[in-house]
Amino acid sequence: MSEPTIVYVPGDAGASSLGADRVASAIVTFARSHGRRIEMIRNGSRGLYWLEPLVEVVTPAGRVAYGPVQPGDVPELLAAGLLDGAAHPLRLGDIETHDWLKSQQRLTGARLGVVDPAGIDDYIAHGGYVGLSTALTLSPVEIVKMVTQSGLRGRGGAAFPTGIKWQTVHDQNAAQKYIACNADEGDSGTFSDRMLMEGDPFALIEGMTIAARAVGANRGYIYLRVEYPHAARALAKALGVARERGYLGENIRDSGFSFDISVRLGAGAYICGEETSMLESLEGRRGEVRVRPPLPAIKGLFGQPTVVNNVVTLATVPVVLARGAQFYQDFGVGRSRGTIPLQLAGNVKRGGLVERAFGLTVNQLVYDYGGGTATGRPVRAVQIGGPLGAYLPESEFDTPLEYEALSAKNALLGHGGVVVFDDSVDMARMARYALEFCAVESCGKCTPCRIGSTRGVELIDRILSDHGSRTTDLALLDELCDTMFNGSLCGLGGMTPFPVRSAMKHFRNDFERRGDIPG
Amino acid sequence: MQRVLPSIPDPSEPGCILSEHTAKVLRAVEHAIHRHTGEAGPLLEILHAVQHELGCIPPEAVAPIAAALNLSRAEVHGVVSFYHHFREAAPGRYVVQLCRAEACQSMNARATEFRARQLLGVDYGGTTRDGRVTLESVYCLGNCACAPAMMVNGELHGRVTPERFVEIAAEWGVGS
Repeated sequence: MSEPTIVYVPGDAGASSLGADRVASAIVTFARSHGRRIEMIRNGSRGLYWLEPLVEVVTPAGRVAYGPVQPGDVPELLAAGLLDGAAHPLRLGDIETHDWLKSQQRLTGARLGVVDPAGIDDYIAHGGYVGLSTALTLSPVEIVKMVTQSGLRGRGGAAFPTGIKWQTVHDQNAAQKYIACNADEGDSGTFSDRMLMEGDPFALIEGMTIAARAVGANRGYIYLRVEYPHAARALAKALGVARERGYLGENIRDSGFSFDISVRLGAGAYICGEETSMLESLEGRRGEVRVRPPLPAIKGLFGQPTVVNNVVTLATVPVVLARGAQFYQDFGVGRSRGTIPLQLAGNVKRGGLVERAFGLTVNQLVYDYGGGTATGRPVRAVQIGGPLGAYLPESEFDTPLEYEALSAKNALLGHGGVVVFDDSVDMARMARYALEFCAVESCGKCTPCRIGSTRGVELIDRILSDHGSRTTDLALLDELCDTMFNGSLCGLGGMTPFPVRSAMKHFRNDFERRGDIPG
Repeated sequence: MQRVLPSIPDPSEPGCILSEHTAKVLRAVEHAIHRHTGEAGPLLEILHAVQHELGCIPPEAVAPIAAALNLSRAEVHGVVSFYHHFREAAPGRYVVQLCRAEACQSMNARATEFRARQLLGVDYGGTTRDGRVTLESVYCLGNCACAPAMMVNGELHGRVTPERFVEIAAEWGVGS
C-alpha cells in the first residue's frame, strides 16, 4: 500500500474562523469515501490571512498550496486533483515563493504554518531544541550574556532589554524563582502571540526552559487570556508531549536541571497584560497594578524573583541561542535589533503576519504588503501598538517601524500591531473610544486612570455637542491627558493619552463638528 | 487549603433544608477545590472550574470558596466582580461575544453590533427572553486580520458582516 498523502489545513483560530475546520473534515470525508489514504495535519497559519483557509498538499515536487478554500469548494477541488497538486484557479503553488512571504525575514515565526504544532519530532527536524542544547552546555551567566549581546528587547510593548532583566533575576539570592510568560495579548490588532502558541508552541516552551536555566528558576507559568481557547488546547498538548519526551519536568535531557510549566487562564481583564497586575492575577487576586519598586525581577510572583516576558520575546530566545547573538544582532536598525513580527490588521486588503528586521516603514507595510484598504477607499490613519498606541496620518507613513523613530513621533511600537482605517473613520469617535476603553478596563487603583478616563469621555461628548466652549474644552482635554500621562500608576492610564492626543493633533477637524454625540 | 468543607447534606433526605440548587452549587465548589488543592494562588482556577461546571459563579458559591481558601467573602466576591469573564447568573445556551475593539471597528463592526442588538432584541449583557442567546461585548479576540470577529461558545468567527451575523444566528434558531 502506498504512503498516505499529507495534507495541511491550519487549525489556527483565525483560519478556523474562516471555515478551516469544515474544510479539513470535508477533505477527510472525501478521501475516505474515495479510498484515498491521507494524513491530515492541522498546522499553524503562515499568516497570509486573506488566503485562509490555506490548504497545502505534499506532492513529490514539494508542498502545493490552494487558497482561500471554502468548505463548498472542497468537492470540486478534490475532483480536480487537489491531492496530487493539480491545476485549479485556487492553486497558489509553493507558498514560500509567494512575494508576500519570500520577502519576509522569519526568525521567530520561521516554523509557523510549516510544522505540526503537536509534533515534537517535527519541531526538532526544523531546528527546534538546538537552542536548549546549546544552553545546557553553557553556564547561566553565559546564557544571560548571549541574550544581552543579541540586543533582544521585550516584544510585549515596553521594549526593555531582555538580557538585563534576566541578569537581575539571576543575581538574586532566592530559593525559588519563576518564569512568568505574559500571554495576555489584549491589544487590538495583535495576534502574533496567539499564532506562535497555536502554530509553534514548542518554541515558547523551549524559550521558557532556556530562561529558567539562565536565571535558576524551576517553575514557569503561562498566563493565557481566556479569549484564546485554541491556544490553550495547543499548549496543553505540547506541554504534555514535552514532558513525555523529557524536555520538561525532572532532570531535563539528563542535565540535572528541572523545570516545569503550567498554563493559568486569565478572565477577560485587559489590565492583566500589565506585568504587576498579571502577577496579582496569577496569585489569584484582583488584577490591580502593584506600585514599583520593587521590580518583579526582584520581588515578583509570590514575592520571589521573577522573569516576566511576553510570548514573542521568549519564543525568540531559542533563535538567539541556536544561531548566536551576533546573527540576531545583525538584523535591525539603531537600538532596535533583530526582527519584529508585525501584525497587519483592520481595514486592509492583505492582512496578516509580517516578520521583518526593524526598519520597515508604515508605507511599505500598509501598501506593499497590505495592498491598501479592504474597502478600496483611501487610507486615512493607522493605529500602531494597540489601544494605547498613537494614530498616525498618511503624512507620517514614512516613519520606520522601530522603537526610537516612533518614540520621536510621540508614538510607540508596542506589541507590533498596525490597524488600518479608511477615510470613513471618525477620529473624534476613536479618541472617545480610547477613553471609554480605559474606563471599562481600569483596575481602579489610581485616580488619574479611574476618574480621568470617564471625565475624558464626558469632555469629548461636550466638545462634539452644542454646549460649552470648544476651545476651552479642547484645552481641558489636553490638560487631562497631561494628568493621566504623568500621574497614572501604569501604562493603561499613562498611555491612553497617546491615541487621544494624536487624534486631536492630526485630525483636529473631526473634533470641530457640531451637534454630533457619538454613541 | 487548611480548612475542609463540611460534608454536603443530601437534599433528598427527609428533613434536609438544603435546596437541590444549593446542593449542586456546593458539589461543584467541592469538586473545584479538590481539583486545585495544593496549587499556589488557586482562586482564579477554582472560579474557572466552578463557572465551567455551572455556567456561572452563583452567590451561594462565594462563602464555601472563601472558607476553603481562608479568605473573606468580600475578597472572593471582589475577584469575581473584577473580571469580565466571571458571571453571577447563568447565560443563555449560546454565548455570543462581539468584538468592539479598534481593528473590528475599522471594518464597520458597529453595523454588525447594531444588527445583532436589533435581531436579538437585547443589549450587551442581556439574554433573549427564551434563554437562547446571551450577547456580550469583548475587546479583542486576536482575529484582527479577519475583522469583524465574534466568538460563540468558544468558536471563533471572522468577517462577521451584518448579513453573515444573520446567517449564523439562523443556526441558533434565531431570526425571521
